[in-house]
Amino acid sequence: MEVLRIMVLALVVAPFAMALFPALIRHDKIRAASVYICGVITMVLAVSVSFIWLISFRGEEISFDLPAGELINHVILVGDIFLMALVIYFCVKYKKPLIALLSIVQTVPTCAFELFAPGVKECPEIRIDYLTFIMMLIIGIIGVAIGIYAVGYMDGYHNHHFKHLTDRRSFFLAMIFVFYGAMFGLVLSRSLTWMYFFWEITSITSFLLIGYTRSDEAVTNSFRALWMNLLGGLGMAIAICMCIGIYHTVDIVDVVKNAQDPAMSSMTLLPVALLAFGALTKSAQFPFSGWLLGAMVAPTPSSALLHSATMVKAGVYLLIRLSTAMNGNDVGQMVYLTGGFTFLAASMLAISQSDGKKVLAYSTISNLGLIVACAGAGYPDTVWSAVFLLIFHAVSKSLLFQCVGAIENTTGSRDIENMQGLATRHPKLAMLLMVGIAGMFLAPFGMLISKWAALKAFIDAPSALMVIFISFGSATTMFYWTKWFAKILGSSDTRLTNKDYTRRGEYISMFLHAILLVGLCLTFPLISTYAVEPMMMDMYGYSSPVISDTNIIIMVIMVIAIFVVPGICYLFTRNWVDKDVMAYMGGANVGDNERFVDVMGQPKALRVSNWYIENWFGEAKLFLPSVIISVFIIVLSFGMVVGGAFR
Amino acid sequence: MIPVIYRVISIVAYIILAPLLGGLLDGLDRKISARMQGRVGPPLLQPFYDFGKLMKKQFLAASRLQILMIVSYLFFICLTGVLFFGGFDILLCVFSLTTAVMFLILAATVTHSPFSSQGTHREMMQMMSYEPMVLLTAVGFYLATGSFSISDIIRQNVSAIALMPGFFFGFLFILTIKFRKSPFDLSTSHHAHQEVVKGVTTEMVGVEYAITILTEWYENIFLLGMVALFFINSNPWSILVAIVAVFIVFFIEILVDNTSARVKWEMMLKLSWGVTLICGGLNLFILEIIKR
Repeated sequence: MEVLRIMVLALVVAPFAMALFPALIRHDKIRAASVYICGVITMVLAVSVSFIWLISFRGEEISFDLPAGELINHVILVGDIFLMALVIYFCVKYKKPLIALLSIVQTVPTCAFELFAPGVKECPEIRIDYLTFIMMLIIGIIGVAIGIYAVGYMDGYHNHHFKHLTDRRSFFLAMIFVFYGAMFGLVLSRSLTWMYFFWEITSITSFLLIGYTRSDEAVTNSFRALWMNLLGGLGMAIAICMCIGIYHTVDIVDVVKNAQDPAMSSMTLLPVALLAFGALTKSAQFPFSGWLLGAMVAPTPSSALLHSATMVKAGVYLLIRLSTAMNGNDVGQMVYLTGGFTFLAASMLAISQSDGKKVLAYSTISNLGLIVACAGAGYPDTVWSAVFLLIFHAVSKSLLFQCVGAIENTTGSRDIENMQGLATRHPKLAMLLMVGIAGMFLAPFGMLISKWAALKAFIDAPSALMVIFISFGSATTMFYWTKWFAKILGSSDTRLTNKDYTRRGEYISMFLHAILLVGLCLTFPLISTYAVEPMMMDMYGYSSPVISDTNIIIMVIMVIAIFVVPGICYLFTRNWVDKDVMAYMGGANVGDNERFVDVMGQPKALRVSNWYIENWFGEAKLFLPSVIISVFIIVLSFGMVVGGAFR
Repeated sequence: MIPVIYRVISIVAYIILAPLLGGLLDGLDRKISARMQGRVGPPLLQPFYDFGKLMKKQFLAASRLQILMIVSYLFFICLTGVLFFGGFDILLCVFSLTTAVMFLILAATVTHSPFSSQGTHREMMQMMSYEPMVLLTAVGFYLATGSFSISDIIRQNVSAIALMPGFFFGFLFILTIKFRKSPFDLSTSHHAHQEVVKGVTTEMVGVEYAITILTEWYENIFLLGMVALFFINSNPWSILVAIVAVFIVFFIEILVDNTSARVKWEMMLKLSWGVTLICGGLNLFILEIIKR
């Protein structure tokens, strides 16, 4: 126990300390080495804390105080005020008074309540259970791999593409470590005040990361991210003040228990609703999706970090924590309707995008919508799906962001239109990208399994509206992934091949992800039995497998078939071809598949473009209506919760 | 549970008989269509002659990857049928079907041919149009019978259609898209002279095209099996009813094919999503209230 306490302390504090190495070292090679070493230490620490807990406590939920808990409590109080001061500084510098106000109105009361409110019940600061276990592994493995990728990426970024930008790599890499610390703190905290502090760190760090290039666009977008996340933070702050003021507790376990207790008034749902509201902003649900889209101006590793393994996962993590308190009430309805609607709306918007990162951004929002919906419904089966969606999404999306980043560094473009025939030009990158895309939507990879489980769960829930959201959302999701996938595999002019600027560190990280993804697909029944079902035992007191054994066997056969069938076919048919011919162009071929004879009798390059259907699914058409509808959903359901509380 | 031996017999029967039946139905389709148009039409076995001739043709490859994708397409369509006729999970069938169509799309795009790319995009649009209804149909079966397993669905006391007429109509509607029949023959038509040449199948030559046709036969039998699933119950006579129903549906599809002109994709998307929402959605809401 003592060992575990010290290791947990190290896990939360060490990343903050490690941030100093990249921040202070100016020499490129030494800094890179320091990031690699610190990254590996963090990864080892996270994995060992997780498994020490699993082995020595046999998966039993434990709560405890940290060795220097009292000191940390003071640090957190000072830290809250420091973060507020930081926000005020930036707001003064860029003349954004309202955002500064938003920060003040949440930090001051929270600190005041923490300091002066009498008789707050003692609560253990740290809790480890299966959900924490899963989150620690995601942050420790995926998050750190992104850090390793970032070193090589930022090198290529500054040396080949953006030579005019100020090189602030030290700052960038330092912020990534701060992020690790905040995320570990967040998932390990049991006390709401601790959680709030780490929550605010992620908000402000993401603000700094998004503003990395300091261009006008980056500044605007970073402030948008800031105000949206601070608004969520405000919800959380009010929830904390309520909990301290009325229920004398900062323990999230109590908050969940009170909300479920039929003897208590329905007032207890109010803090849950406020916390859930904060989580919705953090996981970029409509109407707060704007910040995630704007965050794409930042260098790719920060997008990968914010949108796959960390930041947005903080929101859904909190929702899964609260899920039992949301089952079958108005708060749950607010969350699952917002999530379900976001799933459909974002997947439709993704169709109209040709910028690779933008597609990834919309798909992130969309998938988070599904996770949010599953957590909000709060049934055992939906929570099972939520956790699997969370795991598979973290891995595939991180891989996809890294691939698009590497492709951009190499070819100078991240537009999907310019990825025609990437498989012939850069087979390694294309293969990684295809594994990632397959992981996102193709049967029988993980995301599809989870989506399937979600569908089943909502049929039983029962929620006809959610079933319709998922049916239509799956169809639109299919459309945008398929056309991207087809683009990569097509043939291409090999003369367009560029030098591959991808560093070894980047490839190590990407291959790690790809292997992890395929491994997860093959072993997901084991993960279900040994991690997710015990988690459901903790939450609901019973658990049952959502997908039957027969179906699991069939799906494993399908995974293998996807790789094996084309392979066997290749062995049998490679000698079949009698003659290679050109594609049909109405007889106007020039001599290859890339050009045709135009009306002037001259050869002209052929360009086959994907279909984006702007006038149906474009942002101009759908974005504003989506925001309005989701605002309605949130306002109406929130009104119902408040009304219910004071009835 | 159904004894394993029945599952095996059913699966083997599907693998051997589906191409024969599919080919015969294709021939019948051509014959009936011809009669509707006042022609004599080809002999009933013409699709098999065509198939044999295609198999003997020289193999001209516009891209060597294409054949791999087409064989995978065949494999996954067969898998879909095997899962269906083996009495497994109906949602799994739907996912396997989608994966199969993915391979068809990849087969069409690897060549970078303008005509097949255009066909591919239309194929994707068709997929987006019918996919929600296919998923909802599977959901409907679950709500009506309490199980996703096909072996349970066929052992109810009352045919599923009694509870899911809306789903049935919606499914019939998207079946026209799935069969690639007019007015929804956007991605490829049976007439090579039209504006998209042959859409998705433009670049498929000889053996490749033969395999694609074979796959379509397998797929059609699976789809007609879905239609039959609405009617079959624990009473053995219901199988007869199902067969009659399948023939009626098949005839209606031919009739629609011959009496309507191709629509634009906007119309297809609007119509199919509209029908899905109204027929499927309404039936879904009602079933949920009945079953609550």
